[in-house]
Amino acid sequence: MSSLSVPAHVPSVAEDCEQLHKAFTGWGTNEGLIISILGHRNAAQRKSIRQVYAETYGEDLLKALDKELTNDFERIVLLWTLEPSERDAYLANEATKRWTSSNQVLMEIACTRSPKELLLAREAYHARFKRSLEEDAAYHTHGDFRKLLVPLVSSYRYGGDDVNLTLAKSEAKLLHEKISKKAYNDDDLIRILATRSKAQINATLNQYKNEFGNDINKDLKADPKDEFLAILRGTIKCLVCPEKYFEKAIRLAINRQGTDEGALTRVVATQAEFNMKIIKDEYQKRNSVPLDRAIAKDTTGDYEKMLLALIGHGEA
Amino acid sequence: MAASDELGALTKAFSGFGVDEKSLISILGKSHPEQRQTFRKGTRDFFIQDERQFERWDDRHVIQLQHEFLRFKHAIVLWTMHQWERDARLLKEALYKGPTHNVLIEVACTRSSEELLGARRAYHSLFDHSVEEDVAFGIHDPERKLLVALVSSYRYEGPKVNEETAKSEAKFLSSAIKGAAGNKNLIENEEVVRILVTRSKLHLISVYKHYKEISGNYLDEDLDGHLYLQETVQCLCKPQAYFSKVLDASMIPNVDEIKKEAVTRIIVTRADVDMKQIKEEYNHKYGVSLPNKIEDVANGNYRDFLLTLVARGD
Repeated sequence: MSSLSVPAHVPSVAEDCEQLHKAFTGWGTNEGLIISILGHRNAAQRKSIRQVYAETYGEDLLKALDKELTNDFERIVLLWTLEPSERDAYLANEATKRWTSSNQVLMEIACTRSPKELLLAREAYHARFKRSLEEDAAYHTHGDFRKLLVPLVSSYRYGGDDVNLTLAKSEAKLLHEKISKKAYNDDDLIRILATRSKAQINATLNQYKNEFGNDINKDLKADPKDEFLAILRGTIKCLVCPEKYFEKAIRLAINRQGTDEGALTRVVATQAEFNMKIIKDEYQKRNSVPLDRAIAKDTTGDYEKMLLALIGHGEA
Repeated sequence: MAASDELGALTKAFSGFGVDEKSLISILGKSHPEQRQTFRKGTRDFFIQDERQFERWDDRHVIQLQHEFLRFKHAIVLWTMHQWERDARLLKEALYKGPTHNVLIEVACTRSSEELLGARRAYHSLFDHSVEEDVAFGIHDPERKLLVALVSSYRYEGPKVNEETAKSEAKFLSSAIKGAAGNKNLIENEEVVRILVTRSKLHLISVYKHYKEISGNYLDEDLDGHLYLQETVQCLCKPQAYFSKVLDASMIPNVDEIKKEAVTRIIVTRADVDMKQIKEEYNHKYGVSLPNKIEDVANGNYRDFLLTLVARGD
């Protein structure tokens, strides 16, 4: 005997479809709402709903369900459950498999993690994928992107605060020279970004600003559509001010701008145990609204609950 | 001892690798001034006849003697070092003295992934820089990319190899090498470098095997004329053959100091790793046992120390 309970006053099929559609749109899925509708309609009613849904929204309801339910909530739970090094290895592998020139995840992992964390990620990569991270990164990327990304993921930067100011001055000059000539893929430019310690790069960029007036990233904005320039700018941000990089990634994702839709899930899952507090502060500063409010406004259901729990996590 | 025998013995005590401390003590220690003068006059190599009627030590030989007297000390210090410090210092020296790119390749390619990582850590501690930043800064194209990537590698070391990929990469290498015949720019071929620099050693050994099947030749032989690539392949795929080759090239008379240092380096760094196989390779290739060769060319404490290390493989 069926345990299905259908309400006495069933809303019209059109209304059901509208509610379901609402449950899918925006970030995440309102599992509760889906359950409350579909879970309380009989076969004939569900059939009608499917038909009308397809006519109204041009997509098979089943497909929408499949897509939505395996997406954000499941993904954030998956990522969150992994150990940090496994998580980085998983994300890096995913990034190599579906690599495109606008994908910044490899760079993000290589540059925002500490040298030790990157090493642990590479170790976890061996264990899980039976190949090295650099071999997959090299295989799946090409041209200038490979030239930059493979050294970035292979780096084991000196982690100390020691800085050589003379070197910083000369390398700032070199960077400026190359950028002025638009030689963005120059060997030495990449050498500096891929091998120098974070402290040394920071010193070099300060010299750059002192000497030449602009922040280096301003000078790297010559062509807004150039994806290699975008990744160079991202590299620099990740190396010297990662919280700003993360704030922007989250902001663009929440505002539906850019191509990095998964950024909200990825950044929260990977940073909750690390930098979330400063990222939240940065978000508030930049957007005049606290991150939790922005997330609550833009996401729904279990996904929203999970995100909010994770970003509050840092305050424990 | 007859005078001419003594002259010979003394000369030998000062020649080759290290010095024969015992002979120096027994012969020189007991010598009269006239005997020493005979020695000075009798060895044109070591002494120059000065215009003011005396025999003067040849400065170059004194400098060389310094190396020879210190060879034993250097071997001991190198042997007692933690492996990580040893490799870090070898890498640093390779950048300064020379630079000797083959040592960079040797350390980067013949150590395990964990050992190379350890060397990189030690490098941080010792020199406040990463090894890759120094290599990138100190070396220029066309070999820079290869060498930086080699010292940065952290190869997978498990048993899994994708034979299809290995076969296709062997095919690719074969046509790349044929296509580069005559010019030197194979080292600038991104794909060639990618394969050698990122793939696991087992994978590369499989590539080596497929290469022979496809082209009929050995990969390292076909890389004649592309020295760094050739050494890279040899170190990754057949390190013992590589080491015995370098040893043999270093133990010939009048070879330069950089080559001489290879003897200490290889024997100290391989004594506990694959000395047995190196000895077998050496014997097989050159028809003489490595210990016998060392007896021939080395002296005193240095010789005894080397022989002891080499015997560890037994």
